Amino acid sequence: MLAYLVKRVFQAIAVMFAISLVSFAIQDNLGDPLRELVGQSVSEEVRQELRDELGLNDSFVVQYLRFAGNALQGDLGTSYFFKEPALDVILKKLPATLELVLGATVIIIGLSVPLGVYTAIKPNTILSRLIMGVSIVGISVPVFLTAILMIFLFSVELRMFPSYGRGDVVHLFGYWSTNFLTWDGWLHILLPSVALASIMLPLFVRLIRAEMMETLQSEYVKYARAKGIRPRRIYFVHALKNTLLPVITVGGVQIGTMVAYTILTETVFQWPGMGFMFLEAVNRVDTPLIVAYLIVVGFIFVVTNTIVDLIYGLVNPTVNLARMGA
Amino acid sequence: MSSLTTNSEPSRWARMMSSNMAYSFRRNPVAMVSMAVFLLIAVAAVFSPLIAPFNPYDPANIDIMNSELPPAWVAGSDPQFALGTDDQGRDLWSTILYGTRLSLIIGLCAVAVQAFLGISIGLISGYVGGRVDSVLMRLADIQLSFSTLMVAIIFLAVTQAMFGSEVFNQYAVFMLIAVIGIAEWPQYARTVRATVLAEKKKEYVDSARVLGFGPLRIMVRHILPNSLSPIFVISTVQVANAIISEASLSFLGLGMPPSQPSLGSLISSGFDYIFSGSWWITAIPGVVLVVLVLVINLLGDWMRDVLNPKLYKG
Repeated sequence: MLAYLVKRVFQAIAVMFAISLVSFAIQDNLGDPLRELVGQSVSEEVRQELRDELGLNDSFVVQYLRFAGNALQGDLGTSYFFKEPALDVILKKLPATLELVLGATVIIIGLSVPLGVYTAIKPNTILSRLIMGVSIVGISVPVFLTAILMIFLFSVELRMFPSYGRGDVVHLFGYWSTNFLTWDGWLHILLPSVALASIMLPLFVRLIRAEMMETLQSEYVKYARAKGIRPRRIYFVHALKNTLLPVITVGGVQIGTMVAYTILTETVFQWPGMGFMFLEAVNRVDTPLIVAYLIVVGFIFVVTNTIVDLIYGLVNPTVNLARMGA
Repeated sequence: MSSLTTNSEPSRWARMMSSNMAYSFRRNPVAMVSMAVFLLIAVAAVFSPLIAPFNPYDPANIDIMNSELPPAWVAGSDPQFALGTDDQGRDLWSTILYGTRLSLIIGLCAVAVQAFLGISIGLISGYVGGRVDSVLMRLADIQLSFSTLMVAIIFLAVTQAMFGSEVFNQYAVFMLIAVIGIAEWPQYARTVRATVLAEKKKEYVDSARVLGFGPLRIMVRHILPNSLSPIFVISTVQVANAIISEASLSFLGLGMPPSQPSLGSLISSGFDYIFSGSWWITAIPGVVLVVLVLVINLLGDWMRDVLNPKLYKG
């Protein structure tokens, strides 16, 4: 187990290193920090002096090491637009995005397990066919289109929900801002969460259904049936446990995908999260902010994937950790 | 001549028509309707310059005074424009035809790139094995763990910021094809590798090797044809996904520019007008996009049921 853990962590560090190289290359080539500092009215000699002073004439390796050293201490540069440390700007936006992902995840888990299990147990009922039919339509509708449709229906036509922003948020512990403590916050987060969930939900329903149907064919389920165990217990205790293993791995990858989809959802709902901020930073060529976003998102990806792999190794008794560690 | 043809084997077409797949196709109304709709959209897209009443790329054809006219069945419409006009005064029907063509081209080319990369890497990885295999598959794992859309968004956003939007817009088609194509190769590589590993042990491969054929010939002429069914199934799903990715990127302003809109950028430009009541600029291209992706997904579902390959999971 320890060998596997070490190997997995080592791989995560290697990926983070690659991400930091890419980020640094972007920072090195995108925009001119000098122009952001002094504007255009400074003579060429002063510029050269400043370049030397800022270390912009150093070799790539030296500059990279300085960048990496600063990054490890949490210094990712100062945003040109906000005039604040880039990491602070992102961390301020992080709660909004994470709460959106949380809302969507709760909806996905809450609905996909019962729907997937039901369609697997009773594949020929009208309701199952309906669920499967709706799910393939759901896969085919891009998330931004779902979001627009919901705004049009529930905000413009029915006026039931607000169409943009986070509404009233409550600040916790001086840092985290949450939507879940006010009625207005709940109203604001409902549509974006549903929109974000809509793209993943069909995938999970189909995955759980496929895995469940496979499990139900297995010998041990037949044995459990022959033993006279109640069907409900077989489905939800015996079969579901083994169904959820592959769902965990896919789920881990999908968390990363979900961060990408938050960019789309946040754009449509003007949700003040990281994704919306990232697109604004791109439009303003705010290089430190772009780089900081890249590193934070890369970090989220790497951490979730590593954790999911480790959980999978712990939960699945058939995974031979020693072999995977070798 | 005629005696020759009567004695020859049934033609390729006849063999295809009597195959299992054609039989199940004729028995499956959903697949038939999907195929018909897909062909209809594809033909309309290919011949869009002939079908479209206006050329949406030609500024001489566009009059800003015509902007935001509703479709023909809504009051206040102009009979010239059957589906109304967009925010710049372009005929929506023509713009959708051209946009569908762009979306299809980008989707198909991106999948071609994916397939080429993925199949080559999968063949090499499975056939050569050893260290090459483990390095390539580790790369595939890492690539898969980063969502395509995320990689594409970041790559396109940075290139756009670097080169400015004018240069970017000029090469947008190629950028979209390249980025969607490169980011998704592991899907093919893993499946092809899995089939190669299974096929490699079979006797026909041994006999080909004994006959003295080189590895390239064995891989491409002998093993590849036997791994075609999973490739077909993946390809349909991948085309649908590529079209959605393209639309999403264009919606974010990281794809096709408004002057040369794909379905995604058309929806995006319409979104700004949805609150002022001009729903058709968003809704009609949206419906076309959903129908296009839906029929491809339905065809993919049918194909998976028929070919039923053991897709590599996890």
